[in-house]
Amino acid sequence: MVIMKLIYYPGCTLKNQAKNFEESGLCALTKLGVEVQELERWNCCGTVFSLVTDDLIHHLAPIRVLIRTKEAPADSVMTMCAMCFNTLKRANERVRADQEALSTLNDLMYEEETKYQGDVEIYHLLEILKDKIGFETIKQKATHPLQGLKVASYYGCYLVRPREIGIDDPENPQILDELMASLGATVIDFPYKTECCGAYKTVDNPEIVAERTYQILNSARELGAEVVVVSCPLCAFNLDTRQKEALKLFPEFQTIPILYFTQLLALALNCPEEKIRLDLNYIDPKPILKSKALI
Amino acid sequence: MRINISRKNINDSFVAKIQELSGQNLLACYQCGKCSAGCPAVSDMDLLPNQIIRYAQLGLKEELLNSKSIWVCASCMTCNVRCPRGIKIAEVIEAIRQILLRKRKDHIDPERLPQDIRCQVPPIALISSFRKFTS
Repeated sequence: MVIMKLIYYPGCTLKNQAKNFEESGLCALTKLGVEVQELERWNCCGTVFSLVTDDLIHHLAPIRVLIRTKEAPADSVMTMCAMCFNTLKRANERVRADQEALSTLNDLMYEEETKYQGDVEIYHLLEILKDKIGFETIKQKATHPLQGLKVASYYGCYLVRPREIGIDDPENPQILDELMASLGATVIDFPYKTECCGAYKTVDNPEIVAERTYQILNSARELGAEVVVVSCPLCAFNLDTRQKEALKLFPEFQTIPILYFTQLLALALNCPEEKIRLDLNYIDPKPILKSKALI
Repeated sequence: MRINISRKNINDSFVAKIQELSGQNLLACYQCGKCSAGCPAVSDMDLLPNQIIRYAQLGLKEELLNSKSIWVCASCMTCNVRCPRGIKIAEVIEAIRQILLRKRKDHIDPERLPQDIRCQVPPIALISSFRKFTS
């Protein structure tokens, strides 16, 4: 039964390294009765929000995504990627608060038939799950609960900061933990859950990222976590793939599987394994999931 | 380390430019150090976030433009959400980066990135890195 229709903005990485994020998320949404339509002619959002006052040109890409949403036609768009969410939402708030900037951006995109007026809402998938579907409903639909799996939720930066656009408390977010609890997992809280993984420093200084990965994951493991869930494909790349470099720097380091929250959601909702794509996770999560009889 | 403080530096257009680009009032900072206490990147920084603000107030242009810290900050916004004076420190650091990038002084050269990095990292990492570190 279809209970809701959503326009979906994937962003670049969900079509590349993070196919396990996209496919598991879309399968889970179908199971929850949500009909998802991918935005037509979408473009890259730019991945980061420009922080200087006069740099309007870098807000053009996210605003163009919102124009495409209006043309869908729709008045809201959902994304799963924490960085896309942050960039789209901040650009939206920026032009809503500054009519002159909005008008300049519309002028720059004079070939667009649709003018943007600040009239699109941006939602992260977690907001849809919590506020539109409800964790209680998800709990009832989770036919294969994550019994006995100890999960630490890593929020990173862009889902919760800055405060004005974050989907939860920037210092002590709970939304991922609440979702994991509703899926039947044992929730592990840890102090590094909002500590930056080093983000795009992974390009010019992977060592910094490997050190952070070591600190963040060690903290989760010491508190009992068996897997760590994330909502951002850059966090996922850093925390998962950079464990290889962390091992080189710290030979005593013990690896730990990193999963997209959608993969565990899809698992609990009994999505087929070919949609969960555990084969794409760098540190193999299958042994721990098998030991708990979850796959 | 000896630092020369002068009225000339404080009134220099560099200070005004940082305030204009960042949209922040640098003099609001009272040096509590909370930004540096929570910053996950301080171990790789030569100037701590609170020092960057102090140096910016004093117009210490060369020290700021040559500091390693501005390329270590990944705009994680932890300092911004914690500042009791509401100063957006990440915006100030971005303004300093922008002053250099607008003179084509890039921090990285995409063509010289090692092949394995270029092939391995996801587009989200490449695009954000180029947006922050190249002009």
